[in-house]
Amino acid sequence: MPAGTLYRGREGMWSWVAHRVTGVLIFFFLFVHVLDTSLVRVSPEAYDDVVATYKTPLVNLMEYGLVAAILFHALNGLRVIAVDFWSKGPKYQRQMLWSVVGIWVVLMLGSFYPILQHTLRELFGS
Amino acid sequence: MSAETTTPANDAVSAYDVDHPAPVIEPPRARTRKTPKTTRTNFEMYGWLFMRLSGIVLVVLVLGHLLIQLVLDGGVTKIGFAFVAGRWASPFWQAWDLIMLWLATLHGANGLRTIINDYAERDNTRLWLKGLLYTAAGFTIVLGTLVIFTFDPNIR
Repeated sequence: MPAGTLYRGREGMWSWVAHRVTGVLIFFFLFVHVLDTSLVRVSPEAYDDVVATYKTPLVNLMEYGLVAAILFHALNGLRVIAVDFWSKGPKYQRQMLWSVVGIWVVLMLGSFYPILQHTLRELFGS
Repeated sequence: MSAETTTPANDAVSAYDVDHPAPVIEPPRARTRKTPKTTRTNFEMYGWLFMRLSGIVLVVLVLGHLLIQLVLDGGVTKIGFAFVAGRWASPFWQAWDLIMLWLATLHGANGLRTIINDYAERDNTRLWLKGLLYTAAGFTIVLGTLVIFTFDPNIR
């Protein structure tokens, strides 16, 4: 066993780290997203031009990453609420985390094609 | 985990006993007349509660938003000025987006405030980072609200 003073909080700590990282990413995207949507007040062309970049393969892939961050943050947030308000929450926090991971994997697999379909068509032909 | 570990009579397993007492946690500072005004309120408790309540609402609003904008009906390819105009013709979606904008910005700003408090150790750094954060969050809320309320489908 390694000795030392580094805190090793296992699942609880890593889910906390992931919650912070995804939260910060989502907040920065929110700021950009309000700015791009504001272009509807400039002109339809200005808005459509910027939204066109959202339809390129690279940004489309980033959208899938955004969905990954939001889904984890949402599901783990519900777990945090359960830990705080459900009397058995702290006892089952680890099982709940693996449930979160499981549901996250299923949702990510299920949304892979719907979100990335036009990129897949563009890159690999229809 | 060893068999020698003595356990209390009740079924709760404890790592502590007479020979291995639990560490003492200092009680928090008592609130006196000299306590600064900023620490006399329950602001942090309300912030904590707000994160949970807004979080539940945001799960519904944001996941619904993602489902409509990114998953259903061709994903992001359908999005354009005409699509926005179609949705904001309905007060229901205007209200949806408005509530989502306010809750998400406040939820995110409070989260970042916590992160700044955790990692920025110098008073001045915290002051500037929070100033920047509150400016950005206020700007986002005001701009987004104006856009939703002043949207004009016939701008051209």
